Amino acid sequence: MEDINKFRHEPYFHSVKLNHDLCKGCTSCLKRCPTEAIRVRNGKAKIIKERCIDCGECIRVCPYHAKIAVTNSLDNLKNFKYNIALPAPSFYGQFRNINDINVILTAFKKIGFDDVFEVTVGAELITKTTLKLLETGKLKKPVINSACPAIIRLIQQRYPDLIENILPLKAPVEIAASVARNKAVKDTGFSQNEIGVFFISPCAAKMTTIINPIGSETSNIDAVLSMKDVVNEMAPFIHKIKNIEFTTASDSAGIVWANSGGEIKALSEYNCISVDGIHNVYKVLEDVEDEKLGDIDFVECSACLSGCVGGPLTVENPYIAKAKIRELAKKYNIDTRPVNYETDMFLDKEIEETPLTKLGSSISETISLMEKINKLHESLPQLDCASCGAPSCNALAEDIVRGFGKESDCIIKLKEKIKLISDEIQELD
Amino acid sequence: MDNNTLNIRYEVVAKDFSRAGEASSALKKVLRKLNISPDIIRKVSIPMYEAEINMVIHANGGYIDVDITPETIHVVLTDNGPGIADLELAMQEGYSTATDNVRELGFGAGMGLPNIKKYSDDMKITTQLGKGTTVEIFVNIPA
Ligand SMILES: Nc1ncnc2c1ncn2[C@@H]1O[C@H](COP(=O)(O)OP(=O)(O)O)[C@@H](O)[C@H]1O
Ligand code: SF4
Ligand SMILES: [Mg+2]
Repeated sequence: MEDINKFRHEPYFHSVKLNHDLCKGCTSCLKRCPTEAIRVRNGKAKIIKERCIDCGECIRVCPYHAKIAVTNSLDNLKNFKYNIALPAPSFYGQFRNINDINVILTAFKKIGFDDVFEVTVGAELITKTTLKLLETGKLKKPVINSACPAIIRLIQQRYPDLIENILPLKAPVEIAASVARNKAVKDTGFSQNEIGVFFISPCAAKMTTIINPIGSETSNIDAVLSMKDVVNEMAPFIHKIKNIEFTTASDSAGIVWANSGGEIKALSEYNCISVDGIHNVYKVLEDVEDEKLGDIDFVECSACLSGCVGGPLTVENPYIAKAKIRELAKKYNIDTRPVNYETDMFLDKEIEETPLTKLGSSISETISLMEKINKLHESLPQLDCASCGAPSCNALAEDIVRGFGKESDCIIKLKEKIKLISDEIQELD
Repeated sequence: MDNNTLNIRYEVVAKDFSRAGEASSALKKVLRKLNISPDIIRKVSIPMYEAEINMVIHANGGYIDVDITPETIHVVLTDNGPGIADLELAMQEGYSTATDNVRELGFGAGMGLPNIKKYSDDMKITTQLGKGTTVEIFVNIPA
């Protein structure tokens, strides 16, 4: 059993981890990692902690399933007197033949939960507040959404001057968590810490944020379950559910958050764009920084292609899930119930920069080191084959200068050297 | 150690709009590695992007030389395009000889040269009709 508190406030905790036994030391993840956070050393992948943003690209791409997301298990339900499940909006897209959200909510009861509180409600609250904030005209444009933690981490690391563009609101799940806990205290009479709040997550990035929150001191979530695990748990019986035990509070405005483009759907009077896929987001943030986008009010970024339905811990094909979400949004387009929960939605702590370790201690020293890197790069074959264990020849050159690699890590350089030696030996003969 | 300079050269390909801006993006990455602050980076990357685009739309490409010392960033963009007939006119906001095709693509607002002047600490243009144009951009790095 994964102890819930085992990782709390471990600096540089990452949900994304390596299963050593399964890793074959190939270059698939190396080449795909958007922040060049992976090296292969001694035949195994190694994640550089300060660079990893938990986007989960490596989990998706690893052919041997050696990249995993550390999450909590259902065993943790035992630790609390009263357990609440918080399914992410993308969860509703995971069951191909189920068109009734109430059935999905009821399934949580069957796997041991006492109550369900939907993250869609938190999403809807954010949408309403975002509209109010945009109206004040006080937000720095373009506003960048705060819901995808992998994107926030990318900004903290690579685009620190865009931190002030981030929407100053908590993520939907955090808002849902505080509302759910307070409601449970009132409903049941249990104390705050007798209540377990479990997030059903589509990704590793969210897990990391619960351990190391961004923009707030602590998270209100007690444990994170992988969406995959929960789907597997429910799959055997969910189709047989007859008696509905919960009624959904979801409206289309919250449901669509599962898809890319969902958050900006309600902001139609503003000039918005949605960008999905971490590599695409990279390019767009670059353009935001260069003021190349023109008059854009809001940029919705999701690290995963298609949005959270494309999260690394989802089961259903993201395109099918996306269509399913659209279908459900149509069905639950009701907006009858008031979602007027009193809760603090604003981030309560500054989002800090997390720049990478500097190359040199002064600009002058850095310039000479960069000259060295450039010279080294020119001397390397420039095939970017990654056989050296670094994602590109340039990355190897930098690793060498930083003291983490050597020229003979390059197999082509090594071959040249071996040939030289063997020629010399032949001459001796 | 103190008078060291980092020299970088970029090629710019004519008429290829999909690649226009590659050099300024690449330089931005270098400047970030040097821990130069984002506002100083912007003072270089916005003018350099404008001058790079001008090389693509108005000239036939060319090359860019960047020299970085601990105190200054010096960018020299050289082309052997048609040159600029009336430099004073070209420097005016909104003046442009860009064709409608180019304007369709979102370029040619006539703000490039004025913005180079506005964002950089200093600029210098030398141009000769029929021979080509050299645009120099200077930005100081505060200690
Ligand atoms: N490298 C160049 N070669 C030739 N002509 C140029 C060059 N750069 C600028 N020009 C001329 O100066 C004019 C103004 O440039 P600029 O302010 O960048 O506006 P724009 O590029 O939008 O036309 C251009 O329309 C063009 O006639
Ligand atoms: S897009 Fe959604 S699923 Fe993917 S990393 Fe961001 S929050 Fe997680
Ligand atoms: Mg121009």
